[in-house]
Amino acid sequence: MSKLRVLFRTTAVRLSALYLILFSLCAAFLVFYVTGMSERLLQQQTRDSITAEVTQIEQVYTRAGMNGLLRSLERRARQPGANLYVIAGPSGEILAGNVQSLEPGLLDSEGWTERPFAYQRYTDETKDDSHVALAHVLVLDNGLRILVGRDLQEPQKFRALVRQALMVALGVMGLGALVIWFGIGRNALKRIDRMSEASTKIMAGDLSQRLPMSGSGDEFDRLSESLNAMLGRIEKLNEGLRQVSDNIAHDLKTPLTRLRNKAEAALARKGTSQRGALEEIIGESDQLIRTFNALLMISRVEAGSSAAEMSDIDLSQIVADCVELYEPVAEDVGLKLEAEVAQSIVIAGNRELVGQALGNLIDNAIKYAEGAGNPLIRVSLEKQDTHVVLAVADHGSGIPQAMHDEVVKRFVRLDESRSKPGTGLGLSLVEAVMEMHHGSLRLADTVPSASEGGKGLTVQMVFPVTTT
Amino acid sequence: MVARMKILIIEDDLEAAAYLAKAFREAGIVSDHASDGESGLFMASENSYDVLVVDRMLPRRDGLSVITELRRKEIHTPVLILSALGQVDDRVTGLRAGGDDYLPKPYAFNELLARVEVLGRRKGTPEQDMVYRVGDLELDRLSHSVRRQGKEIPLQPREFRLLEYLMKNAGQVVTRTMLLENVWDYHFDPQTNVIDVHVSRLRSKIEKDFEVPLLRTVRGAGYMIKDDRAPA
Repeated sequence: MSKLRVLFRTTAVRLSALYLILFSLCAAFLVFYVTGMSERLLQQQTRDSITAEVTQIEQVYTRAGMNGLLRSLERRARQPGANLYVIAGPSGEILAGNVQSLEPGLLDSEGWTERPFAYQRYTDETKDDSHVALAHVLVLDNGLRILVGRDLQEPQKFRALVRQALMVALGVMGLGALVIWFGIGRNALKRIDRMSEASTKIMAGDLSQRLPMSGSGDEFDRLSESLNAMLGRIEKLNEGLRQVSDNIAHDLKTPLTRLRNKAEAALARKGTSQRGALEEIIGESDQLIRTFNALLMISRVEAGSSAAEMSDIDLSQIVADCVELYEPVAEDVGLKLEAEVAQSIVIAGNRELVGQALGNLIDNAIKYAEGAGNPLIRVSLEKQDTHVVLAVADHGSGIPQAMHDEVVKRFVRLDESRSKPGTGLGLSLVEAVMEMHHGSLRLADTVPSASEGGKGLTVQMVFPVTTT
Repeated sequence: MVARMKILIIEDDLEAAAYLAKAFREAGIVSDHASDGESGLFMASENSYDVLVVDRMLPRRDGLSVITELRRKEIHTPVLILSALGQVDDRVTGLRAGGDDYLPKPYAFNELLARVEVLGRRKGTPEQDMVYRVGDLELDRLSHSVRRQGKEIPLQPREFRLLEYLMKNAGQVVTRTMLLENVWDYHFDPQTNVIDVHVSRLRSKIEKDFEVPLLRTVRGAGYMIKDDRAPA
């Protein structure tokens, strides 16, 4: 029973039930209309033939008088399948004819009987009085009444037959619909059950599961196909996310361990040296916070490229500011920061983020070019046809070509640079910022041939020229 | 001794609020505490405070709406917004709502303290003074010249602005981030000690030929320019 209820809840079954009801109503209307029409038609025919006979009888009476009329009626009454004939006196008593009894009062008025009436024939063996007829009453000038009628059994039978046939047809149809219903509904239910089964598994965490396809290419298959494509995308994203969080967990463990070790060491110490240790711990946690901030910033820049405030920014000014900001630091470690800036280049962007990105690049250059043979770090800004290129070129140890793509990833650092301070997130942030500005980040060797002292690294931030 | 500063902390994290109150008390600042936006708004409207420290995410009324409402009521107490959101444009929205300064969580207390002190004393700062003086050091904002003991000290434009900001807040600690924000007008993390290098260059220029040091490094906090011989 509950299964039936479930079946009825399917859309297919509900829709077909609705159709079936509508169809039945229409069919029923059709049945009644058709039978009603045919009945009226037959009645009309009956009336026509009676009218014709009454005219004939009138003619016979005028031509041959009462005797002729009686003879004619007698002859007519004896014919097989004959009409009904009654000759009655002025007070309604039946004098002759082939009818034994009539509904009383029928002969009182001339003309058509208002409605079909019941009667009994002489020859009738069966005693059922279900005979129904239509008649015309004629009043002669001598007061005699003549009734000419016709039995309505045949039209009624016909009507009943048509109704019956239609009812049977409807019944068969309904039954067929029920069977088809059940078939379709069950099929749909089965497929949906299979789909929800697969979904349950997916929800349980098995993202490699896919929804079943029947291969028929119907709407269920199409739905499964798009859902499967979506699952594939989710699985990929999920995988990426897991890798990133694995990396994060791994890379944060190291500084946390260091922090803990320092705290332990501080506990063991006494007096003023404890203060120094605590300061180191604060420094260490500041570094951790910095890492977290960088991570958050990257994901926010990546997530909300449209959310961040963009305005027209003077790139030339930002470059000049950054160079001025870092210049003394570079000089302190024996490097020379040189700027080659095209004037008043304006792009649509976020001043803080571009500043942070350029700061990261200059900071990297200073960190990794320290002690290089050629102390020059060149920061250049130039406009090419469709791009604005902001480049930081150093002459440090550079990055092997094969690693260019790698170092942009989060937490990826070259082995030789692990000893230097840093989060391993600098270039990742620059890339995210560039993506937000619809630009790109390019890494190249500063000097292609390694013959000159140190080939160095050139990092380019390529912005599209905004057409406003 | 200057009158003690009185501030209101609107922060729903009770532990953090208690820590802040204790730390401020140790720094000589009296603080009240409100734990939700509505009562914070009420207290800030009814009492007079030198600075409001407002957390952005608060129950019953968020921090930004507290600030907008206060400003609508013509209450112009300086507001420092604390925020854990840290989104790219948080600062912009915070300052646009009427905040005067913005500090993302987690922050160092010294950073917060320095900013609150600067905000609280801002009312009394001689914004319109054309000449700042600390001891025998003199900075003329109009002619962009700096003299010490009457002797002109040539400075780069940025060094001038750095000294100007330090002298404007003489006797108070200014942190490295405050310097980056106010002198360079950037809010990003420069990764290295860029500010320290700039300050030490400035220091060498204003102190090299003179006996008395003026520009001090405050450990774990930042810098302060002060004439030690002058009464506090």
